[in-house]
Amino acid sequence: MSDQITTLTDATFDEVVGSAEKPILVDFWAEWCGPCKTIAPILEELATEQSDKFVIGKLDVDANVATATKFSVMSIPTLLLFKDGEVVARLVGAKPKGALLQEISASL
Amino acid sequence: MNHHTEVLIIGSGPAGLTAAIYAARAQLSPVVIEGEPSSTTDQPGGQLMVTTEVENFPGFVDGVQGPDLMTSMRAQALRFGADLRVTKVHKLDLSQRPFRAWTSEDHEAPSFSADSVILATGARSLMLNVPGEDRLLSHGLSTCATCDGFFFRGQDIAVIGGGDSALEEALFLTRFARTVTVVHRRDELRASKIMQERSRAHDKIDFAWNTQVTDVLGHDRVSGLRVVDTVTGESRTLDVTGVFVAIGHVPNTSLVEGQLELDDNGYVITGPGTYTSVEGVFAAGDVQDHEYRQAITSAGSGAMAAIDAERWLETQGR
Repeated sequence: MSDQITTLTDATFDEVVGSAEKPILVDFWAEWCGPCKTIAPILEELATEQSDKFVIGKLDVDANVATATKFSVMSIPTLLLFKDGEVVARLVGAKPKGALLQEISASL
Repeated sequence: MNHHTEVLIIGSGPAGLTAAIYAARAQLSPVVIEGEPSSTTDQPGGQLMVTTEVENFPGFVDGVQGPDLMTSMRAQALRFGADLRVTKVHKLDLSQRPFRAWTSEDHEAPSFSADSVILATGARSLMLNVPGEDRLLSHGLSTCATCDGFFFRGQDIAVIGGGDSALEEALFLTRFARTVTVVHRRDELRASKIMQERSRAHDKIDFAWNTQVTDVLGHDRVSGLRVVDTVTGESRTLDVTGVFVAIGHVPNTSLVEGQLELDDNGYVITGPGTYTSVEGVFAAGDVQDHEYRQAITSAGSGAMAAIDAERWLETQGR
């Protein structure tokens, strides 16, 4: 995994998301989720290409149920975009890169 | 700017990728339009990308995961030089040769021209088309047990359908759910014997026979299903917090409607072999088959389509 992407856990989520200087896109994913694997390389590209606009974090829902539950994640991949600690966009399901970027950009 | 190819393959499930392997080995330099990422079956790799264990694909003694099988087929097609493109065909013109395909709506000029086309666009899941379904999709209603089953730990959930895919989902979901009710509108299942026996023997699985869903209930997440008994007409509520839909498939033929002959069910008519009603256009896999619909039969018809295309191209003096 790219070192541009931060791994989040139940323990670190609030601190990392709360103190992020740029908007942070959090990928709720799991090892057993096929569509999550499909978008993983897209997110790695975005992490590099869009690093001036937003940062990306990943949260494994298997190991971090509390955070997934807190944000009512019921389908993965779910991407939540946080600005100043608040959810400003919610993208559910794998999508092509262009569509993902368009939806993210619309909420930046 | 348009790319010409001898063989354009549309679709990248077992049919499309097997056709690609055969056509590439036959030095036909096929281009494969794989599709785009999604969480439905409409994605590179097709329906197997949202299944788990495939136990009946020959050669895999201990079974193989659907996505792993597709990853291997893709790698095999690449090994022989198939040109795989992660995009979708938005428009296809089969009225003149070479055939033409547009992969981006922004361009007026076609992206590809092709001497022959292998259509392997597969089939997609049918939805219930009842009130509440759209609103609650991804909020307790799902078409992908392997994607979303995890979120229903300890809950009571329903699987709608009576075929192999419904029972496969039901059995998979028993890993997480407290109970799984299979809701089926008839009093017998279409599924294979082995899947029926496994489901009936499972102590978490229950069946609601002769039961049709009329509403998915819940405001911002599923709280139940409104169902009607198809024999007595009586209506009742099933208290479930998760609903998985597996009621069958429709072929993906929107690209060829009005261009290829389709049967009464909307599937592409093929024969002899994989020949369609337009010379030079071949069809393989679930887009032309509602009888067998297996990974292995799809792959088999993909091989047939590549061989048919190769021989047809030879008759055209290629």
